[in-house]
Amino acid sequence: MIRVQNVTGGYDNQFLIQNICFEVNKGELLGVIGPNGSGKTTLLKMLSGVHKVAAGDIFIKGRSLESFRPKELAKVIAVLSQHSEDHFSYSVKETVSLGRYAHQKGWFQALSDKDEQIVAEAMELTGISRYADEQLQHLSGGERQRVFLAQALAQEPEILLLDEPTNHLDLSFQKDLLDLLQALTKKQGLTVISIFHDLNLAGLYCNRLLLMDAGKLLKDDVPYGVLREEVISSVYETEIKKQPHPYVPAPQLVLLSEGMQGESSSGKIGAEQLTIEKSQFSLQSSFYLKTISSGVSGSGMGWHRSFVNWQTNESPIKCSAEMDDYLKAKGFKAGETVGMISAGKPEDVSYALFEGEGFSVFTVVIAEVSIEHGINTWIFINGMFSDEVYIQSIITATEAKVKALEQFQELNMKNECILIAGTQQGETLTSAARISPLGKLISQGIYECTTNAMMKSLKRINGGFC
Amino acid sequence: MLSIRKFLRHKGLAYLLAASFLIVSILLGVSIGSVSVPILQIVKIIGAEIFHYKPDGTDPLFENIVMNIRLPRVVLAGLVGASLAIAGAAFQGLLRNPLADPYTLGVSSGASVGAVMTLFFGITIPAAGLFTLPLLSIVFAFITILFVLMFARQIDRAMRVETIILTGIIFSSFLGAVISLMIALTGDELRQIIGWLLGSVSMRGWDYVLILLPFLIIGAAILLSSSHELNAMSFGEERAFHIGVNVQRKKMLILIGGSILTGGAVAVSGTIGFVGLVIPHLTRLIWGPDHRHLLLLSMLTGSGFLILADLLARTIISPAELPIGVITALIGAPVFAVILMKRRSERRG
Repeated sequence: MIRVQNVTGGYDNQFLIQNICFEVNKGELLGVIGPNGSGKTTLLKMLSGVHKVAAGDIFIKGRSLESFRPKELAKVIAVLSQHSEDHFSYSVKETVSLGRYAHQKGWFQALSDKDEQIVAEAMELTGISRYADEQLQHLSGGERQRVFLAQALAQEPEILLLDEPTNHLDLSFQKDLLDLLQALTKKQGLTVISIFHDLNLAGLYCNRLLLMDAGKLLKDDVPYGVLREEVISSVYETEIKKQPHPYVPAPQLVLLSEGMQGESSSGKIGAEQLTIEKSQFSLQSSFYLKTISSGVSGSGMGWHRSFVNWQTNESPIKCSAEMDDYLKAKGFKAGETVGMISAGKPEDVSYALFEGEGFSVFTVVIAEVSIEHGINTWIFINGMFSDEVYIQSIITATEAKVKALEQFQELNMKNECILIAGTQQGETLTSAARISPLGKLISQGIYECTTNAMMKSLKRINGGFC
Repeated sequence: MLSIRKFLRHKGLAYLLAASFLIVSILLGVSIGSVSVPILQIVKIIGAEIFHYKPDGTDPLFENIVMNIRLPRVVLAGLVGASLAIAGAAFQGLLRNPLADPYTLGVSSGASVGAVMTLFFGITIPAAGLFTLPLLSIVFAFITILFVLMFARQIDRAMRVETIILTGIIFSSFLGAVISLMIALTGDELRQIIGWLLGSVSMRGWDYVLILLPFLIIGAAILLSSSHELNAMSFGEERAFHIGVNVQRKKMLILIGGSILTGGAVAVSGTIGFVGLVIPHLTRLIWGPDHRHLLLLSMLTGSGFLILADLLARTIISPAELPIGVITALIGAPVFAVILMKRRSERRG
């Protein structure tokens, strides 16, 4: 559809774009990314014919871009830019109708029935039909952007060029716009080339990404090939981490903000932070810990700094809402708290700190074998480690727990919850397998604490308490 | 409020209202004066003239006043008003600038320089004859607008509204000085030019109507046929290009059209300010910015407006006459100020 061959160009003999080559196929949604001043907008302006290329060629549908007359070009390429001037109070419909300009013939053109129909469809598609008679100036930035999108679609283009189309839009408009573009590429074979500021949106929606840096094309690949930590970090000169999108196979990049976890908020987790009360025991950290847990609230992966075990005889499945109310009543913030429940008495909790070389592990276990048959395990690791280590920690801890429970022939636990929390500070720990230094401490800690907790629980039954 | 707006924006009604305004203005303009001519008489006289029959029951005195004195003056005022208004509307759309008009852009001054030079040097282009003056006015008008735009772009690449106007005013002052210099150098015989420069449609007769008419037709045809492009360019030249407008060619064409109209108008009536500013602005406020209608409606309201302005100019301190430019400036300058203030507050808000 589009072939760019060794293109060089820019403003006033300053060649912002140097020797770029790429091709775009019909129906593709191609994203152009790159830091400010990398030449994205210049490239787009050359593709749209606004800027002449200084050297090289651009072919549109096999024909040189320069051989297109403006009207011919407008039937093939439509453009949606970041800002649009509107000095006079045109109505929405008048604005969208202008998109039909290239299709009209003669001196005193009037809109034909076909034109009217296409304009109406474009307004329907972009959800602006109800504003048809409103003045453009009375609309919000997002609505206005949709009007100009409708105008571009009314051109019935085969190629749509967009310069940061979602710049002024709020979240739902951004999604709507990009969903619409995606649908158009799939259903109508529209070819879309869009500049993105937001790398995650680009990764989420594009088939392919062009990464520009200092006027050169650095990468031309599928999103997973371009949105790599090392590539993006070096081009954008900032620290970035990559993550998978939770629901669709697309890479997502996250910025690392300085000062969020500064030195002042560091520390070690141990018995000092643990508080045991009548209805609960809890651990309060002054800073956030990266956690993986299977509790009632705050489960899954996340960052938390309050950890609460509430004594209740409810089954954990039922009481998610009650748990939230409970946490709120006790002054915990639901968003930063991992909550678990247990029928065991809080004073029966068993905990211990185990020191390793440059790191330490604090384990907390509560067991209860009379009513609900539950055991909750917390492991706090004072160290820096990756997601793999979290998984290994769970395996190691579970093995140790099973070994401990075997002593009591008490393997029919109904409710078992686990929490692994890391401070992500200090020594880097590469493994939590059983034979590794961290794995050994976890094994030891869980075995001892579980044994201890079970004994306390059994003693309570045998002692006649209930 | 919305329904009133919708009602007003009904296009058929818009033309009906604008045409009625023009007709009423013509009748008032012909009727009122030192001798009052009854409306019925005017209708009969004009009707007889158009359909070539012998009028019955009309007074020969009235016939003389209407056909030889008042009507040519009213028609000329109307044509000048139409020329300036449509030129102003086109300049405003092209430059996305509600303050643009032949006067504020310096185009009128350029045309005046052309006219004064023609008189000063006694230039006559043999083939053009009577049309030498308007032709040179047009050429100078066009050169001036090109200079103003080039100069404005040099100062401010973004070509902000105020920059263009400021440049226009600088050029106006300069060209005004050139005119004064020429007048001073010639002594007495060009004193009459001063009166002409202030703008007037008096004592011109049918000849001047005939001089202006071809330019009005050509200029208006160019602009009316560019109404789609003007709509597109209201959204910026780049967007106009994306929509499919051949921007450079159309821009030149519109500037030429505007210059033809301004040059023609200045050649017959001198510089009459603010018509091209106020009329398109008010017309846009009432009927919307769509140039397919704005241009034609501006012509109708512009001619009506200038006929009424001329009526005021010759009756307000009767038997003496004010230059018509005084009336248009008295109305136009405050409107100019209001638009400017509104723009400022909009930008702040």
